[in-house]
Amino acid sequence: MVPVDWYMGLAAALFLIGALGMLLRRNALVMFMCIELMLNAVNLTLISAGRAMNDLTGQVAVFFILVVAAAEVVVGLAIIVAIFRRRSTASVDELSELRG
Amino acid sequence: MIDLLWLVIALPLAGSLFLHFFGRYVREPLSGWLASAAIGGAFAIAVVAALPFLQGGEEATTIALWEWMPAIGASFELLWDPLAALMTLVVTGVGTLIHVFAIGYMHGDERFHRFFTSLNLFAASMLTLVLAGNYAMLFLGWELVGLCSYLLIGFWFTRPTASAAAKKAFVVNRIGDFGFMIGLMLVFATFGTLSFGGVFERAGSELSSGLATAIGLLFLLGAAGKSAQIPLYVWLPDAMEGPTPVSALIHAATMVTAGVYVIARSAPIYELTPFASTVVASVGALTAIWAASIALAQRDIKRVLAYSTISQLGFMFLAVGAAAYVAGIFHLMTHAFFKALLFLGAGSVIHAMGDEQDMHKMGGLRRRMPVTAATMGIASLALAGIPPLAGFWSKDEILAAGFARGGWYYFLWVIGLVTALLTAFYITRLWVLVFLGEPRWDGNATPRESPKVMTLPLIVLAVLSVVGGLANTPFRLTLEHFLEPSFELVHLQHAPDDWMLLGILAGLSILAALGGGAAGYLAYNRPPERWRRFEESFEPLWGAWEQAYGVDDLYGAALVAPGRRLAEVSAFDFDARVVDGAVNGVGRLVRDIGEWARPLQTGFVRNYGVLFLGGALIVVAWLVASGS
Repeated sequence: MVPVDWYMGLAAALFLIGALGMLLRRNALVMFMCIELMLNAVNLTLISAGRAMNDLTGQVAVFFILVVAAAEVVVGLAIIVAIFRRRSTASVDELSELRG
Repeated sequence: MIDLLWLVIALPLAGSLFLHFFGRYVREPLSGWLASAAIGGAFAIAVVAALPFLQGGEEATTIALWEWMPAIGASFELLWDPLAALMTLVVTGVGTLIHVFAIGYMHGDERFHRFFTSLNLFAASMLTLVLAGNYAMLFLGWELVGLCSYLLIGFWFTRPTASAAAKKAFVVNRIGDFGFMIGLMLVFATFGTLSFGGVFERAGSELSSGLATAIGLLFLLGAAGKSAQIPLYVWLPDAMEGPTPVSALIHAATMVTAGVYVIARSAPIYELTPFASTVVASVGALTAIWAASIALAQRDIKRVLAYSTISQLGFMFLAVGAAAYVAGIFHLMTHAFFKALLFLGAGSVIHAMGDEQDMHKMGGLRRRMPVTAATMGIASLALAGIPPLAGFWSKDEILAAGFARGGWYYFLWVIGLVTALLTAFYITRLWVLVFLGEPRWDGNATPRESPKVMTLPLIVLAVLSVVGGLANTPFRLTLEHFLEPSFELVHLQHAPDDWMLLGILAGLSILAALGGGAAGYLAYNRPPERWRRFEESFEPLWGAWEQAYGVDDLYGAALVAPGRRLAEVSAFDFDARVVDGAVNGVGRLVRDIGEWARPLQTGFVRNYGVLFLGGALIVVAWLVASGS
């Protein structure tokens, strides 16, 4: 059986990749994927911790998160598609109307 | 007929409303005739309704129209008694003649129908004032005539002087209204009602003399504003900026007599306060001689008449102050005839001279305008007090009643007598300067007699100025018996019973009139250089009279300038700096905070991401550090 530390390490690595990708990439779609990556890294920690502690709460929480994430993906993708249709680009640096 | 009395107010009001909305579709002379018909109809109704009083024995009636403010005893009710009847007859009768005259005078004015709209509205307001059955309705009419006066003085509002004069009249009247209103509140606080019947019947038993004095003096302040007495007379000479028919109707014959009417109507209150009555009489006498002396030196024909009006109103105040109410109202009536005639005659002259009002540029108009010259001559004799014309009987009754009152009133009688002398002088000067001598007008003026529509009212008024005085001669006191029911609650002051004394008093005032008239004729029926030198020989007094004692400048420096300064400080210092400063300061503060915080919003998602991450790390660090 794989010790829980490995799962935690994998989750940390995934979260780090997601966070860096989120901060460094400009394409809205890629950034969105990075956000999903971070989300799932957290899901992984919840499941691993639940399994290690023999507690179902972690897995139940993940189900909720998955449902909410599915809805969020629909909205987020729709916004990105709408922006692309309007501007022919999905670069977030172009989208700076709210700059002070 | 008494049931139709409301039509006396309703007819001119309807005329005014009709002309207001449809006047522009009615061609020029017709709108004037419509307005004249409206007030003429009111006159006819008033005559029929007043007939029972002439036959005697008729009771005063109150006609309730509808409820208004029942809590303060104020409803729309008409009080039809001899005093109201006489005032209504004067207002509608003289008013009709002036309406007709105005059809000729206003010919060619582009706002012809608008003029008659205001004139009819004025008639309706004035009739509301004199027919009111309580102080609330009287005050309504009081304010409405003030409004109409404002509208008509400023009728030619494109002239800056006219709109300034209108404002001045309104503001000065406001000071008087302030006193009148406080007086009304005192009346209401004392009696719990404003109805004439309720107040006057209980005044004798429930009003303390101190309170009566306060009310009397406050009413006097109101009356002094409306009737142009010291110290509030300054608006009337400027009111001559209005068209001349307005000066005749409002600022000579009717509206300015409202103050006299209010004091006469409130006689039961003044009955309780000899002090306030004496103040009324003294203010009147002082105003009479003050304004008469100013009238001596005026060059503008209408200003002479304006100061003359102020002076004659002073006589009326002298009369009502001396409790000679009948004499005061009698003079009000005769004055309405001859002063309206003088103003209309002046209007006829001004019209013929092409809007020239300076008497130094007139002269010799007698041959060009015989009807105007003759009728104005009659009016001048009536004003001067030459028997048997109207002015003699009424003025002499005032002087005789003042003499009979005795005490302090002897002094007022002397003032009145001197004023009579000055009156005869200045009115003779006016007539001689305008109608006699050689023409002094420019070569291109072609004065010509005015059309019939203007001269006919002059002739009617001239007849009234001759016979009007016969209404109340010592030999036959018709008017006194007519008015007595209105003053049954007070002790009227009469002229002396002694025929010998009465004869001496009359002789003295005839002497004063003849002396003043003869002096005026001799001084001015000469070549211009001679009378110019005559005027200069009175310097510096003449200059003071010509400048009206500089009262306008004094008021300007003492009241208007500080008021203006206060307004400027309020507007440009307090409002613009303090109030606006506070508001702008809050705005600037918010804006500065915004300026400072703006750079935080870069618009780059990764900046927000870093901040978010940093925030999350801090939270995590805090959780770890707190060891849970």
